[in-house]
Amino acid sequence: MHEALLELADDHLILGHRLSEWCGHAPMLEEDLALPNMALDCIGSARTLYARAGELEGAGRDEDALAYRRGERAFRNCLLVERENGDFAQTMLRQLMFAAFMEPYWHAALGSTDEAVRGVAGKATKEMGYHIRHAGEWVIRLGDGAPESTLRMGRAVEELAPYADELFASSAAARAAEEAGVLPEREALRPAWEAVMSDVMGQAGLAWPDDVWPQTGGREGRHTEALGHLLAEMQSVHRAHPGAAW
Amino acid sequence: MYSQGLIGADGRSEETPEFLAAFQARIDAEEKIEPKDAMPEGYRRTLIRQIGQHAHSEIVGMLPEGNWITRAPSLKRKAALLAKVQDEGGHGLYLYSAAETLGVTRDEMTEELLDGRAKYSSIFNYPTLSWADIGCIGWLVDGAAIMNQIPLCRCSFGPYARAMIRVCKEESFHQRQGYEIMLTLTRGTEAQKEMAQDALDRWWWPSLMMFGPSDADSQHSDQSMAWKIKRFTNDELRQKFIDATVPQAEYLGLKVPDPELAWNAEKNGYDHGPIDWDEFWRVVKGGGPMNRERIAARRKAWEEGAWVREAALAHAEKRAARTAVAAE
Amino acid sequence: MGETPLWEVFIRPRNGLAHKHVGSLHGADAELALSAARDVYTRRGEGGSIWVVPSAAITASDPAHADEMFDPTADKIYRHPTFYDIPDDVGHM
Repeated sequence: MHEALLELADDHLILGHRLSEWCGHAPMLEEDLALPNMALDCIGSARTLYARAGELEGAGRDEDALAYRRGERAFRNCLLVERENGDFAQTMLRQLMFAAFMEPYWHAALGSTDEAVRGVAGKATKEMGYHIRHAGEWVIRLGDGAPESTLRMGRAVEELAPYADELFASSAAARAAEEAGVLPEREALRPAWEAVMSDVMGQAGLAWPDDVWPQTGGREGRHTEALGHLLAEMQSVHRAHPGAAW
Repeated sequence: MYSQGLIGADGRSEETPEFLAAFQARIDAEEKIEPKDAMPEGYRRTLIRQIGQHAHSEIVGMLPEGNWITRAPSLKRKAALLAKVQDEGGHGLYLYSAAETLGVTRDEMTEELLDGRAKYSSIFNYPTLSWADIGCIGWLVDGAAIMNQIPLCRCSFGPYARAMIRVCKEESFHQRQGYEIMLTLTRGTEAQKEMAQDALDRWWWPSLMMFGPSDADSQHSDQSMAWKIKRFTNDELRQKFIDATVPQAEYLGLKVPDPELAWNAEKNGYDHGPIDWDEFWRVVKGGGPMNRERIAARRKAWEEGAWVREAALAHAEKRAARTAVAAE
Repeated sequence: MGETPLWEVFIRPRNGLAHKHVGSLHGADAELALSAARDVYTRRGEGGSIWVVPSAAITASDPAHADEMFDPTADKIYRHPTFYDIPDDVGHM
């Protein structure tokens, strides 16, 4: 069971980390505040999920042991969230794709048999609802904006489309949790995701590419090259001082 | 998190003596001045410059701390640091807004920052080299900023005072966050203790410089004091800061890197060694270790964000046009 | 490129209170301004409702005319309850 929660926790930590990279470097000051808000939502969910995963695992690992002392092959996040930020168009599309999946996911998880999961779900449905709105607003404006932004938004769709499918695939661990009523079934959320995406993409004048080769592997620890660099940076201080408290 | 005496303001005015006297009478009566009120040109210019410098300091100040968001050694510290740096951005935004009530735009102020005409607090031109620097910045730099900003809540210009009230309220967690990091480090391993001492060694003197030049050399202080834009002199605030901070360093078991530091019972405060004002002016004028990198980072964000801002405006225009057509 | 428009932000802390001006920000359109107001001005639970108004849409009174605008009310003391004498025996009114 704890492995299924780790997948979720890793998704949120890695995405939160990526979003936090924007802080101080956003296209306008207002977004310097918006992006950290989204990052803090993700990191907050990750922390609760790590704590619960550690508890279920029963090996005495706390949130920091799980976040800072596992290597890239042990991380179980989907590939979408580890993608480098790219430009603002890619960051916003990635956020929309993730939130459009997680919002119905957390909504369904409100009925989880696990109290900690229900707790995260209660907060995260609202957070992801806001992320859909905020990222969606930007995808629409960039898609239907000026020639350069339309071009960049189209490129973002090309870049990220291969990473959508993995959201709907349940690993063996996730399937066990789904059967136990702890987590919602991923594949069942496809229609809800598609409804949000096609609404936003329609307003943005964007089309989903027809022939996409899905990229997967994150749930088995087969990542893109980007994750190793992210972890090397994120874990550097923590790992340089074994046993230290912070 | 900023605090620094105003650098290079021009407070001269060409109004009639009667007008200036009437304005001064309002200030002396502790009346707040609001944006559309008649005010001496020098007052307006001084404020635009000071609020602008203050806002720029918040924005540039996001960079040295932002440098460690991705490396924060625990998830709790990561979230707190991210929220803190985000706050600095918010404070910059409140301050730009206050300056904009005086007839200058944020874009104009941004251009001035990027082309070097506008100054910002010299402290942010030093590099953050270890996690302990994040502790030191919260403890010392935010501590110094609070010393300066609390009196600014009573500044004579309404929008500035109101922005500062909001800033001070939000900033109360920043210094505690930093001191708690220092506490954890100084109670930790030998390597952590060394890291903490090394950070204090590097940040102590630049923190004292944040209060700006010595009163004897601060040419614009008198007019700003008379207009109640400023309520205490640079040296007064610096002394207050030292007196508050030295015992905190002792509690941490850290040594303040000033061999001349000594308690002076007569003045009921600490005496300290000479501040290297040559270094201060060098850093203010662009010769600090990180001046070029800081401005380059801001310029990169501004230039690479241009297409996003343009797209949003273009979309708004398209939508307005569509609404107009639909209404016909 | 033009400058992104300025908006004034008003926040109601909770139902039952009035919206109060808290500051301003920039946004290309109303939705972005509203989003930004949420992210900038309600990070600590300050609000339950937000208004954003284009700064350019505000018509303000001129401080130069403040005397003629606001002083004439000063001598209309009969508008205030304390102007009227009611014996204490009547009780609170």
